[in-house]
Amino acid sequence: MTTEDLLGKLLQVVMGLAVFAAVVGLLIFFIDKAPKRGRDYWQLAGFLAPALIFVTIGLIYPAIRTSLLAFQDSSGDWTLDNFIWTFTQPTAIRTLINTVIWVLFVPTISTIIGLAYAVFIDKSRGEKYYKVILFMPIAISFVGAGIIWRFVYEYKSPGRDQIGLLNGIVVAFGGEPVQWLQTDPLNTFLLIIVMIWIQTGFAMVLLSAAIKGVPTEQLEAAELDGTNAWQRFINVTVPGIRGSLVVVLTTISIATLKVFDIVRTMTAGNFNTSVIANEMYTQAFRASEVGRGSALALILFLLVLPIVVYNVNVLRKQREIR
Amino acid sequence: MSIAPADLPVGKDVGSLEQAEQAEYGGTKTARVKKRLTSRTATIVSLIIAVVWTIPTFGLLISSFRPGELVRTTGWWTIFENPGFTLENYGDVLLSTSQSSPQLGAYIVNSIAIALLGTLIPLVFATMAAYAFAWIKFKGATTLFVLVFALQIIPLQMALVPLLQIFSTWLRPMQAWLHDVVPIIPEQNYAPVWLAHAMFGLPLAIFLLHNFIAEIPGDIIEAARVDGATHGQIFFRIVLPLATPAIASFAIFQFIWVWNDLLVALIFSGGTQDVAPLTQRLAEMVGSRGQEWERLTAGAFISMIIPLAVFFGLQRYFVRGLLAGATKG
Repeated sequence: MTTEDLLGKLLQVVMGLAVFAAVVGLLIFFIDKAPKRGRDYWQLAGFLAPALIFVTIGLIYPAIRTSLLAFQDSSGDWTLDNFIWTFTQPTAIRTLINTVIWVLFVPTISTIIGLAYAVFIDKSRGEKYYKVILFMPIAISFVGAGIIWRFVYEYKSPGRDQIGLLNGIVVAFGGEPVQWLQTDPLNTFLLIIVMIWIQTGFAMVLLSAAIKGVPTEQLEAAELDGTNAWQRFINVTVPGIRGSLVVVLTTISIATLKVFDIVRTMTAGNFNTSVIANEMYTQAFRASEVGRGSALALILFLLVLPIVVYNVNVLRKQREIR
Repeated sequence: MSIAPADLPVGKDVGSLEQAEQAEYGGTKTARVKKRLTSRTATIVSLIIAVVWTIPTFGLLISSFRPGELVRTTGWWTIFENPGFTLENYGDVLLSTSQSSPQLGAYIVNSIAIALLGTLIPLVFATMAAYAFAWIKFKGATTLFVLVFALQIIPLQMALVPLLQIFSTWLRPMQAWLHDVVPIIPEQNYAPVWLAHAMFGLPLAIFLLHNFIAEIPGDIIEAARVDGATHGQIFFRIVLPLATPAIASFAIFQFIWVWNDLLVALIFSGGTQDVAPLTQRLAEMVGSRGQEWERLTAGAFISMIIPLAVFFGLQRYFVRGLLAGATKG
């Protein structure tokens, strides 16, 4: 990077800030100096217009356009070929199956580990530090996590010293090193581990807070009745945190359906590890198959939709109860 | 983007990892059972989980400080048998100007530049919109708000292709013109990435800030109106100061989100060192030089410094913001 490059970048940021400040300044000026007639509407427009224009250009119009593109071929004629491709081509079918595997395993395992951990460390000494450890991966980018785990899965040919931890362990126990990320179908599960590593902290923090909300009277009463810890957990704690469990499961499911960076960084979807979000990128932006990419985007949207609706309903009910 | 644990206590003083969410789940702080329900097994299991969770990052950190030759030929866990400590990897990826070095300096500048305006623009526009939804009465307010709220369910993937087309039709000529007028600004500049992040960040931001701003006591706003304050004055003098905690939470969430983003960068940055952020460079390095582990480990750690610093420094805002936006994207 030369000094000139740096200057150019600084100048861009300064200009960006200046233009933005000018736009906001002008808006506020006109909001306050709006004509008397219909003043309220002018003011309303001043406050709302920027956001509405942005979401219209950036989300509403593109979403409609993508939905249409999914039903068009490259010359713009209407067709179902993109969907036929998605549901008949072996690689595309594999992508769909992988996505299902992801969404079955990541939310459940993350939630189970997160819940167990939250219960185990509850009220223990150093609870705060335990939480920080599990929660920290959330701060790390998926790309960073991808590199961390690629290093764990690194393979060196037999006879050489292994530098990847997993192969190091395998060799220490007398096994042959494995090319983890190239081994189908194991590789998909190894990528899933990365996502679990990231999401468990999220589950743990939410569930830990929920556990602390379970009335102690109920736990004490159950204890007086002579129940053991496991019975108390299943019969008192779990029903008490059901709402939070649903929120955690659905939220992680949505994040998992959209997983892109991990697959992109670790295998780029090769060796049969692709998922919908990654395949969408590959088709639309690498293979210039805009129709197929749009079809995949639409499928992703349709998969996410019911989970979100369910999630919203649960949250609304929770609020009503309270 | 999609909806998250929706009614987070953004801004309420619940902070810190231990307490986050407690308000949400009605944490009546009654006397808790003093007796430890956890047994020794539980302690051991949680210790094991904690160790397993830390080791991968720990190995990366150790390796980034080992000489390249050792990183590539010996496991990091053998550091005591193959000792070696160096800062060379960091110097190499950051400062070296040789062609073979990844030259991360330029990309760090890009990441900062992108995250700065990629946070500021949606934040300001969302606060204004949230104020309008909360305190300016108009017909159809609820419908419009629900519509904006619903936009969160649109995955980014739905927006990428058309938005890229819009940018290349309308924004590209402006970028070219700017390059002609000010030659040191490259033709490929930050504008598309800023705008894309702003657009994608708005629905969640409006929703979260609205929840908070709507809770400001109506008496205060009414009193100001009676005194003849305009909406502009109310916004700046009353709403902004009172909403600061919520704004800070969202700002941190959006900043980290933009900093860690790969997808938006891949589509809208063009991939050169004029615009591409650190994440994009790292992802590219994994593909093209996946064996240079001394560089990858150092580079990855550099990219984590800012999020981790925010995580440890501003934990209460960070947790709140992150939980609120968990499913964005």
